[in-house]
Amino acid sequence: MKFKHESIEINAGLLIALTMVVISIGGLVEIVPLYFIKDTVEQVDGVRPYTPLELRGRDIYQREGCYLCHSQMIRPFRDEQLRYGHYSLAAESQYDHPFQWGSKRTGPDLARVGEKYSNEWHVAHLIDPRAVVPESIMPGYPWLMQPLDYADVADRMRALKFAGVPYSENQQEFDANVEKFGPDVANELNILRAESNLVQQAQSANYDGDRAKLTEMDALVAYLQMLGTLVDFSKYDEGYFAEFR
Amino acid sequence: MSETKTKQQGAVQTTGHAWDGDIQEFNNPLPRWWLWSFYATVVFSVLYWVIYPAWPVGKGYTTGWFNDITYTVNGEERSRHWNTRSLLIKDMQEGKEALLTQEYMQKVEAADYQQILADPDMMTFVRSVTKGLFGDNCAACHGAGGAGVIGLFPNLADDDWLWGGSVEDIQNTIALGRNGYMPAFARTLNEEQLDDVSLYVLSLSGHEVPADKLMRGKQLFTGEAGGCYYCHTAQGTGLKSQGAANLTDNIWTIADVPSQAELAGKAAVVKEVIRNGVNRVMPAWENRLDENQIKLLTVYVHELGGGQ
Ligand code: HEC
Ligand code: HEC
Ligand code: HEC
Repeated sequence: MKFKHESIEINAGLLIALTMVVISIGGLVEIVPLYFIKDTVEQVDGVRPYTPLELRGRDIYQREGCYLCHSQMIRPFRDEQLRYGHYSLAAESQYDHPFQWGSKRTGPDLARVGEKYSNEWHVAHLIDPRAVVPESIMPGYPWLMQPLDYADVADRMRALKFAGVPYSENQQEFDANVEKFGPDVANELNILRAESNLVQQAQSANYDGDRAKLTEMDALVAYLQMLGTLVDFSKYDEGYFAEFR
Repeated sequence: MSETKTKQQGAVQTTGHAWDGDIQEFNNPLPRWWLWSFYATVVFSVLYWVIYPAWPVGKGYTTGWFNDITYTVNGEERSRHWNTRSLLIKDMQEGKEALLTQEYMQKVEAADYQQILADPDMMTFVRSVTKGLFGDNCAACHGAGGAGVIGLFPNLADDDWLWGGSVEDIQNTIALGRNGYMPAFARTLNEEQLDDVSLYVLSLSGHEVPADKLMRGKQLFTGEAGGCYYCHTAQGTGLKSQGAANLTDNIWTIADVPSQAELAGKAAVVKEVIRNGVNRVMPAWENRLDENQIKLLTVYVHELGGGQ
């Protein structure tokens, strides 16, 4: 049968299907090869999946829509390096589902905000940004002082495990994590101990300044305080990460 | 209308299909300029493939030709095909701004604090660089002008220093961070004792307080029951090594005394501080900022507070 325009034009279903095939080509040729190119994710020590408490904090970050104003992607430009620190690595978001790179910066980039401020500053700032930064246009989040619901944290970790994050649920997976991340981190990644790990981290670090209560603030500040702190850049020379591009 | 339609139909081919009986589609040739622009983009893309990294091949990709970027790492020359990370390294080493900054940075590195403070040219450089540095890193806590927030973050623009106002002290504060800690006295002292010692503290900065309370307060302050003198000294001037506030100068960093008009109100805010204690953290910057940046900030803060 000779191919004719008409056969596509008069068949709406076929037209839609073929349109989708054509417009996805652009995306596919840009994305698919990255899965096969060996240098896409840099080889670097220290990057690990989130602890249960940080994970809950990350969920709250997404729930509150912080990503609408804050990116987490420092690009390799002079001005960004001077303001925010070392550019972000692909390796640093390898356990993020979905990643929080973003493209809208109403507020500053947060990729390396971890350990920049004190816990007290974060708490005061999140409750009422203008109490500490008078010129801020960030909204306040006073309700974050409500108790944290962590009953489903193990399920949240299971869901991420399904997406490929190495949380462990049996001895074999646990041993593999000990091998890969060391015993302390492996312990944090153990789904069977998720709840007790979460409570313990919140109580020992006391992010929200109130040891008696385990709040959403504890989780969110725990997450903010670890952002961009996992890689020790002093261990790598200036040219190392360029070798992966 | 119908006349032109017929005319064009005669001159130009149609695609051949008719809709609803008589709606047809012309098959005009593309305009010349459009067609040539299209061919030009095709040629451009081929050149692009040659010059820039482009095609995935196995586990790697074509890196492009004639596009090497050369820079020095640890004194050794390295060369890499075109990529934004190498461009950044080169820009940080040889870019126009980088060279300008480097020239001054080398001067700053070589000079000691006295020399920097005495050299107007270098001070201009200090002010222009630290404007950005202070804004990006310090202003969120200490405020854009360094005035701080009473109770939370100290004022850097006054000449009252918790940890000392010499350049060495300021440099240590910035590089290593500080933890201002005073225990809570809620359990050790009862309400009456807290009242007495609060009034005594106010008397240190020249407030008029009743004599009987003053005596009892003084005993607590300078005796073992309160133990305040360990950190604040018996005179109340404060030990710099503890970051303990000077209580004699009527400059307040935690207790918001100036907001209160009456003595009772002033005593109440001081009492709250003594009851609850203080625990506030100034982060360490030595891992985030390099030595020169800390040096510049030290000069800036020193100037801001009319240092010591
Ligand atoms: C309407 C936009 C907006 C939203 C939504 C928003 N922020 Fe912000 N954020 C800002 C702006 C503007 C600043 C800069 C001024 C300031 O420090 O408050 C800022 C500053 C910050 C900073 C300090 C960054 C730095 O390096 O100084 C942190 C941390 C932060 N925001 C966290 C959050 C979190 C967590 C959320 C979600 C709960 C959030 N923000 C939601 C606009 C926003
Ligand atoms: C997270 C909030 C925060 C940030 C950011 C911060 N500081 Fe501080 N800073 C503090 C606190 C809190 C103190 C008081 C510590 C104490 O109570 O002893 C302090 C104290 C100081 C002091 C000592 C003041 C004195 O009276 O002795 C200096 C100097 C100082 N900061 C400079 C800086 C500089 C420079 C920066 C930016 C590189 C900076 N700070 C960033 C919170 C902060
Ligand atoms: C372990 C040392 C220590 C002891 C003991 C101590 N203080 Fe303090 N005190 C501090 C420090 C440090 C600060 C300043 C905290 C800061 O700025 O972060 C401070 C601050 C204060 C302030 C607030 C001053 C201001 O400018 O707002 C008052 C009032 C005060 N102390 C009273 C007392 C009294 C009264 C006692 C005894 C009952 C006492 N302190 C015992 C370390 C101590």
